Amino acid sequence: MVGKAELWRWTESRWTNPNLDWKGKLITSGVDVGSVSSQAVLLADGELYAYSNMRTGSDSPDSAMKAINWAMEDTGLKLDDITYTVGTGYGRVNVPFSQRAITEIACHARGGNFMYGPSVRTILDMGGQDCKAIHCDERGKVTNFLMNDKCAAGTGRGMEVFADILGVSINDVGDLSLDVDKEPQPVSSTCVVYAKTEATGLLREGWPKNKVLAAYCSAMAHRIMTLLERIGVEEDFAITGGIAKNKGVVTRLEKEVGITIMKTTDYDTQIAGALGAALFAKALVEKGKK
Amino acid sequence: MIANYGYKDGSGDYFIVIDTDKCNGCKDCVTACPYGVMDVGPDENDPLSDEEVAFVTEAERKKIKYTCAPCKPMTNRPPLPCIAACKQEAISHSW
Repeated sequence: MVGKAELWRWTESRWTNPNLDWKGKLITSGVDVGSVSSQAVLLADGELYAYSNMRTGSDSPDSAMKAINWAMEDTGLKLDDITYTVGTGYGRVNVPFSQRAITEIACHARGGNFMYGPSVRTILDMGGQDCKAIHCDERGKVTNFLMNDKCAAGTGRGMEVFADILGVSINDVGDLSLDVDKEPQPVSSTCVVYAKTEATGLLREGWPKNKVLAAYCSAMAHRIMTLLERIGVEEDFAITGGIAKNKGVVTRLEKEVGITIMKTTDYDTQIAGALGAALFAKALVEKGKK
Repeated sequence: MIANYGYKDGSGDYFIVIDTDKCNGCKDCVTACPYGVMDVGPDENDPLSDEEVAFVTEAERKKIKYTCAPCKPMTNRPPLPCIAACKQEAISHSW
């Protein structure tokens, strides 16, 4: 259909630190090629210098290239100026200019530790197509982890599907889902495909969009809770990934866990993996591992 | 590190849990497993460490419910080969 709004499409972004000059500093980068989004982070002497956050295309090496080029845009940096690059995420082995690939579990722990500080013990990464629950120590080293990548329930992709069928912009889903007088019963299916069928049924029954969204966000929060129960939640608790921006899920998860979830306005929660990768790149240079 | 390899789906939790702090990388579990589920190598979730530890192979992580099934009969279940082989008691199964 021509001109159909792509409601599931979240806002891509890039950022440069205005108070930093990269010249003469050690530049390391991290590139996170995920199933839905790709990020590139540039560090100058371990300080966050620039990042980009965009959608992943069908070609992983190409997505990695686009992300790093966008992050370097207008900074005067060239690929040759980067001393060490670590790739992470689903497409981590397909980052052509990287020296090493590291799992997103290790990278999210490290990135989350940088973003939220050393007091973070539990990090939940809700990505495009999987969900990772991670415990880490005060240095961001993983002490316990669980990853569920077989099922899309409780992930960003599921949320995109819902935004699309309800005709609501993905950025408004959280606020709209909270705009209900009474919390409806969560949709009973955890499977995205069945949940979608169930939501369509609810719409036909005359449920308003916000109520259907509330039912879905609440099901998602519950589903994530059952995952977290396996490894337990230790304070402080933080969320990374795209769903961290969805108030509807975060607020309901807070209620289920009974712990206040740490918030950050300083960083884009989607860059945590790439940020961790860039920090590992720096650590590896310092360790002399080429 | 407590490493949970596996998944949760509509039918239940299927995780092989490895305590990498206990694991000494002896490979006894690799030899014991009849289906090649276990392997030993650098810890991919602790990239700054050089120690080798046991892990569940990438290819098996999403299907251990099925791969491990022959070792888990409904009745008279013998001790699982991987768990029995591990002198460090570093391996457990969630189901």
